[in-house]
Amino acid sequence: MAETTYLDAIRTAMIEEMARDERVFLIGEDVGLYGGAFKTSAGIIEQFPDRVIDTPISEVAIVGAASGAALMGMRPIAEMQFIDFITVAYDMLVNFTATSRYRVGSPCPIVVRGPAGGGVHGGPFHSSNPEAMFMNRPGLKIVAPGTAYDAKGLMKAAIRDDDPVIFIEHKYLYRRIKEELPEEDYIVPIGKANVRRRGKDLTILTWGAMIYLADEAADDLARDGVSTEIVDLRSILPFDEEAILESVAKTNRVLILHEAPLTGGAGAEFAARIADKAFDYLDAPIKRVAALDVPTPYSPPLEAAALPAKARVLKAAREILAY
Amino acid sequence: MTQDATLTVTTSNNVHGLSHEQLLEIAYYLRLTRTLEERLVALFRQAKVIGGLYRSLGQEGESVAAAYALDYNQGDVVQPLIRNMGAILVAGAKPADIIKQYMAKGDSPTRGRELNIHFGHPARDGFIGQISQLGDMIPVMAGITLAGRMQKKNLVGLGFIGDGGSSTGAFYEGMNFASVQKLPLVVVIEDNGYAYSTPTYKQTAAKTLADKAYAFGCHGETVDGNDVLAVYGAAQRAVTRARNGEGVTLLEVKTFRMKGHAEHDNQAYVPPEVVEEWKAKDPVVRYEKVLMELGVGTPAGFEAIQDRVRREVDAATDEAEKSPMPDPSEAGKGLFAGDGYWDASNG
Repeated sequence: MAETTYLDAIRTAMIEEMARDERVFLIGEDVGLYGGAFKTSAGIIEQFPDRVIDTPISEVAIVGAASGAALMGMRPIAEMQFIDFITVAYDMLVNFTATSRYRVGSPCPIVVRGPAGGGVHGGPFHSSNPEAMFMNRPGLKIVAPGTAYDAKGLMKAAIRDDDPVIFIEHKYLYRRIKEELPEEDYIVPIGKANVRRRGKDLTILTWGAMIYLADEAADDLARDGVSTEIVDLRSILPFDEEAILESVAKTNRVLILHEAPLTGGAGAEFAARIADKAFDYLDAPIKRVAALDVPTPYSPPLEAAALPAKARVLKAAREILAY
Repeated sequence: MTQDATLTVTTSNNVHGLSHEQLLEIAYYLRLTRTLEERLVALFRQAKVIGGLYRSLGQEGESVAAAYALDYNQGDVVQPLIRNMGAILVAGAKPADIIKQYMAKGDSPTRGRELNIHFGHPARDGFIGQISQLGDMIPVMAGITLAGRMQKKNLVGLGFIGDGGSSTGAFYEGMNFASVQKLPLVVVIEDNGYAYSTPTYKQTAAKTLADKAYAFGCHGETVDGNDVLAVYGAAQRAVTRARNGEGVTLLEVKTFRMKGHAEHDNQAYVPPEVVEEWKAKDPVVRYEKVLMELGVGTPAGFEAIQDRVRREVDAATDEAEKSPMPDPSEAGKGLFAGDGYWDASNG
């Protein structure tokens, strides 16, 4: 069986959902004949000529039009060419799209997806991880797959979901990650974490591309005799509180690892939740490893220093273990 | 055209194919809008309206006339802003629902979650309530009309924006995208003189708001917003163009906001002589005068319409006053699907 890249997992999920449901369409910049800046939509317009809409450079119009169409019963997928540009549509997303069901009872089931994350020297405007800025504006679901399997299954779940979903794709993983995927149709439910590695001494709670950094750190720790459990959250909102607490109850030590900047990051919410609901289980303070509180710099040495790296994960892990 | 020599106000009398019945129905909606708003003012002064109250006095004509050009049986959708209550009444909104919204009642269409005329599900009601971020509804209306085209419905959307709202980025993005796509969309820009306290000349350097159509490459037109039949005619032509696949129209209506931004605002920044000048151009008075000249309306007939409107507004007020406030236990419900809070009829 051929292996599927993370990027192709997303692409085939969209194609299969468009074939399954004629309400599904794709709207964005350069998504049609060009096939998207990363070729995530390559070949889709040939299969569905009326259901791929190339737009002007207008993120507000893309998200707004997707939302209006969703109110009429369509299932739009709105592409942000880079997820950084979602901020242009922030107002539309948090004020119109996210609130529609709660305010007036009108569901607004759109998927807003786009490439996020650093490690590819994209600089300050092509490297961001936007999850935290949407967590405090109720009404949106947020997912961030790290594997090809999850990318496909979560994309299908997001398209079928009756509420708006922000789908954060990690561009570093697009062609670097390849997996054998099931032939049959499957979804990965939104809100369910995946325990990627079982362990008993330390929990690393993480998501997106950081799961691979957690793997590397866990391998190193294993050489010291430390058994690490890696919980891949996959869904940031709603998040799998049960899985988090279960792992904390088992290991009693938690490191939260995310690629977005530290202060006000999603990790702060998870840390607070653990402190609130599992304080008695903790044998050490919760530690967070995240990007420095700076815009993502361009030059490789600066970028590497700004983003989480294995040495920082190991240092924090050893502090937790030694506490 | 008829001319009132004393006021030098010209009013068109081309009925654009409207039947006598339809002409009188427009008169009914004009009176209903004005009377319902007056009732809301009374309720506001009794502290029964919870939030702000934003009058459309002097602008009822263009709201009603433009919305009357749509065909709600075909699935057309109208999108108001705060001063377009008349438009959603034409689309079928119930006065009792509007009063309940203002009074924040638990059985209002939004169950107390939303203000004033922020309600309506486009596919079901033929109207969609706005959000307060001005300009955002233009991209949303582009999406509604795009969906209509993809679903092979021949529907037309008509949205309102103000002189102030047409300064926003969302307005430009939405207009540009809709024009590129040649979507069946009519956007009515109301130049009512002021956005809160800011006069139109501080809002834009464009000579007219319809001039913005040049940049979009869509049809643009300016019409006297207080001339009901002129607005109807222009809106009807725009709706026909939209339905025939000829794309977007930006229809500027020149009108005037006769009250402050909201009830708390005495609009001291507006020269009194300007208000007086526009008082003479009252759209309801002008329209009824034309109907009388056309032999369609009579003073007794308008009095009968007013009686009907008063009875309806009284009944709506009674219903709204008897309605319960929402149960606090509902505050956390209905954000996402799955808790059964909103029934399936909305989506």
